[in-house]
Amino acid sequence: MIEEKLITKNLEVENLYKIEIYQKYNGYQALKKALLQMTPNQILEEVKKANLRGRGGAGFPAGVKWSFVPKHTNKPKYLCVNADEGEPGTFKDRFIMTNNPHLLIEGIIITCYCVGIHTAYIYIRGEYEHVAQRLEGAVQEAYQNNYLGKNILNTGFSLNLYIHRGAGAYICGEETALLESLEGKRGHPRLKPPFPASVGLYKCPTVINNVETLSNIPVIVLKGGEWFVKKGLPKDGGTRLFSISGSIKNPGIYELPTGTNLKDIIFNYAGGLKEGRELKAVIPGGLSAPILKADEIDIPMDCESIMNINSMLGSSAIIVIDNETPIIHVLKIIVNFYAHESCGQCTPCRNGTWWMKNIVKRIYEGHGKLRDIDNLLRIADNIYGKTLCPMGDAASMAVQAVLEKFREEIENYIQGRK
Amino acid sequence: MSLNFSSKAKVQIKEIIKRYPEKQSALLPILHLAQKEFGYINNEVEKLVAEILEIKPIKVREVVTFYTMFYQKPIGKYHIKVCKNISCSLHGAENLINYISKKLGIKVGEITQDQKFTLSTVECIGACEHAPCMQINSEYYGNLDEKKIDLILERLTNNTND
Repeated sequence: MIEEKLITKNLEVENLYKIEIYQKYNGYQALKKALLQMTPNQILEEVKKANLRGRGGAGFPAGVKWSFVPKHTNKPKYLCVNADEGEPGTFKDRFIMTNNPHLLIEGIIITCYCVGIHTAYIYIRGEYEHVAQRLEGAVQEAYQNNYLGKNILNTGFSLNLYIHRGAGAYICGEETALLESLEGKRGHPRLKPPFPASVGLYKCPTVINNVETLSNIPVIVLKGGEWFVKKGLPKDGGTRLFSISGSIKNPGIYELPTGTNLKDIIFNYAGGLKEGRELKAVIPGGLSAPILKADEIDIPMDCESIMNINSMLGSSAIIVIDNETPIIHVLKIIVNFYAHESCGQCTPCRNGTWWMKNIVKRIYEGHGKLRDIDNLLRIADNIYGKTLCPMGDAASMAVQAVLEKFREEIENYIQGRK
Repeated sequence: MSLNFSSKAKVQIKEIIKRYPEKQSALLPILHLAQKEFGYINNEVEKLVAEILEIKPIKVREVVTFYTMFYQKPIGKYHIKVCKNISCSLHGAENLINYISKKLGIKVGEITQDQKFTLSTVECIGACEHAPCMQINSEYYGNLDEKKIDLILERLTNNTND
């Protein structure tokens, strides 16, 4: 079956990251259409019709997010592009920025024109130093071609775009922590409301969108929102970049319609499990997404379907776990990760993740007691809903799901070691 | 104060500050630059950066101690950062970490006596399709096994551009 590609189209073209090649393949045509033939309102309507849900993790509809930004304000407005990509298992944004940086830049410019923004920052995770250099080159090319800077395409619209590198903190992928970090502070999430759309960067109205989300804007402008919806589901339009990794034969990026069956993705598109292994579990949306057992994966990959089985589509990063991996090992990785990445601001998350890490370590090393399982569940429950940002909830739900779905195996592990 | 940025870095700093309406926003980019110049961020560097941005040194300290990519003590010429998160772990990251540790004769978090290598473990670095993977300074290395690690370390050990 050949699926239509929206984002990974033309990827086989050599040097697509260079502007002259990108332009040869229709690049910046959407920008010209948007700026020369459309009003900001018309663009907003198309993006709303597209039902483009955020690709970063929360899945919030982009058009709705943009419409929250006040139209008339004497404050400057900002766009912050979330390229922090820290969710374990996720590498799709790196893929876009490396192979097709101008697609993202084109999406950024159209978004800024639509919302009335004149300064945009790409907040990219510090580890992606080479990717940042690639982006920087593309940004410079865009300036040279008058797609950025003053009076873009003689329309009177001006935009400056800067790249800002993070420095190794997962929490900065949370949108308000990202803003704090961009202001030169620790990445401590802010209390919401107020939401960034009204009080964001430098207390000004701010749009924050993920890289993949913005990379969908050019095709929506060119082909229209209704066309885009049909590439996915009515309430969740377009395709998605699935990052597949773990015990899988062909790990990588797969662009498929939103709503593609998870089982299909694993066994047909990605070739099934590594030789000789069987499926034990799948994490469907990056490490924060509650784990699914092997018999739960006959399900469409869209925000709602995954939410209905108490997990989340998150960043669409599929992590495949095989039958030779002890579940306690997976649990250890999860709790270590959150204990390391908790920003320390909220006590339930800071202390809770630390305790979970230590209890799981004890179990792992063979000194666990059966009551540790309920203790872990109690701690997870004491984190859930009691923190400023969703990281506490993510840690809590990920741990709960492993404990509840694999309780018997963990009990056996605890008893077997005694 | 004797410590100062190179003239090239000073030009870059000026350019960086211009990108933001508020000076403190330039803190992370300037700390990245400072680390390239001085190797790590000590009190003196913190003060220097604070002075440039007209903020209190404590504001710099807060940031340096929060982000894992800023180092408060000297690190090796080659900083080996092996991913230990899920996808890499499913491909045997723990064994590789032990292997490198034995080979270099240092534990995770330590530096070799000749100051050439520091070994760290890190959370997901976003290259899971090449698991198990690691970063040495800013360079990515994927699909690792012991043989590949031997080759990489050998090449870096013999690199005489010291």
